Amino acid sequence: MVTRGFSSGRKPPAETDARIPPGQYLEQGFPVLSAGPTPRVRTEDWSFTLKHGPRPIKKWNWAEFNALPLTKMTRDIHCVTAWTKFDTAWQGMLVDDILADAGIEAPTGFLLAHGYDGYTTNVPAKDLTTGKAMVALLYEGKPITPDHGGPARLLVPHLYFWKSAKWLNGLQFTERDEPGFWELRGYHIYGDPWREQRYSGDP
Amino acid sequence: MSEAPQSPWQTAKITRIEKRTPRVTSFFFALSRPFAYRAGQHVDVRLTAPDGYQARRSYSIASAPESVTIELAIEKLDDGEVSPFFHEVAVVGDEIELRGPLGGHFVWSDSDGGPLLLVGGGSGVVPLMAMVRHRTLRKSVAPVALMFSVRVWDEVIFRDELIGLDDRRDGFDLVLTLTREAPHRPSDYSRRIDTAMVMQALARLPQPPALAFVCGSNAFVSAAAQALIDAGISADIIRTERYGV
Repeated sequence: MVTRGFSSGRKPPAETDARIPPGQYLEQGFPVLSAGPTPRVRTEDWSFTLKHGPRPIKKWNWAEFNALPLTKMTRDIHCVTAWTKFDTAWQGMLVDDILADAGIEAPTGFLLAHGYDGYTTNVPAKDLTTGKAMVALLYEGKPITPDHGGPARLLVPHLYFWKSAKWLNGLQFTERDEPGFWELRGYHIYGDPWREQRYSGDP
Repeated sequence: MSEAPQSPWQTAKITRIEKRTPRVTSFFFALSRPFAYRAGQHVDVRLTAPDGYQARRSYSIASAPESVTIELAIEKLDDGEVSPFFHEVAVVGDEIELRGPLGGHFVWSDSDGGPLLLVGGGSGVVPLMAMVRHRTLRKSVAPVALMFSVRVWDEVIFRDELIGLDDRRDGFDLVLTLTREAPHRPSDYSRRIDTAMVMQALARLPQPPALAFVCGSNAFVSAAAQALIDAGISADIIRTERYGV
């Protein structure tokens, strides 16, 4: 339905437009969104636990985690609130390298990411492995600030950004695809921005 | 997926436009497919140009769930794309596409009980207003304190309505703070929300809050949520909604 009096004056040029998923707009800043107050997690208190169901597989402290290979990822990111930001530059540990350090391959097809604030979000294992996702520690070369999820956040850039859990403290393999915090509150179980899967039931 | 979309796009007709402050105007919509919603939820609005280009934004609902029409109180952002359309182009009778209700966390129903501490900065008061109106219409006895931070008196959205509710002394308390002007009411403040102000607002509630809702710009929410925590409120009961960069 055409909206009376609305014009496409802000439509970006074609080469830019091709990088913006449907319904998104290009943002130069870096908005902050979260469901609660910002936790302040000191790196000396930080740990990361890999679990299979209730069973811990391996736990790293900050120093141990930082000993894993550091990988750079520069990607466009897409928030469900409709902003897209180009070329965000992150460094961190690929989920592949974390699994390798734990000496396992994905034992199930699904994971839940856990944050220090109690936040959870579900991501299929295939979307976290083969170089697609990392636990990011640095943004534009500097430690990630608390409001953007530091000390460590998940980065799954090909899905809506609520999947990139802030203040990450663990990944848990689950037998089934178990909805997380927003997925239980009306948001899409998978969240592909290119298919505009914002809310539950979107095709 | 076989599941139908929970909130499909629909057309809604603008039935009334009311200027609230120099920068905020309320638009009232009649839905073609009415939906039930909870206070605090939002809708997505989509504008479409003749060449198919679309712009979409989320707006919180200001009206109570009991209201027949949906009220969106939209702040004009000078560098915005959708808010200037509403402020400069939209007229009564126009049809707009929207979908909702959306969001299932920043919500309150009278059955959730209280007391409630509501903290809003500028247009962040909009979803809190839906909660206050819902409380009034349901004749809820849940004690509610609303801390509302605004730059100047003329920018206090819903000012007459809020002061009228405050004057009823029925368990709703309005704590206004003007950050760039002297207070207009003796009980109000003239500074940014801080821990001391939160402690004094808490003293107006008969018991500690069961839930706290904080909404506004990111900078506002960060500072206000920290003031709540420093005033002894558990982070577990604080729900936030942020906008802007």
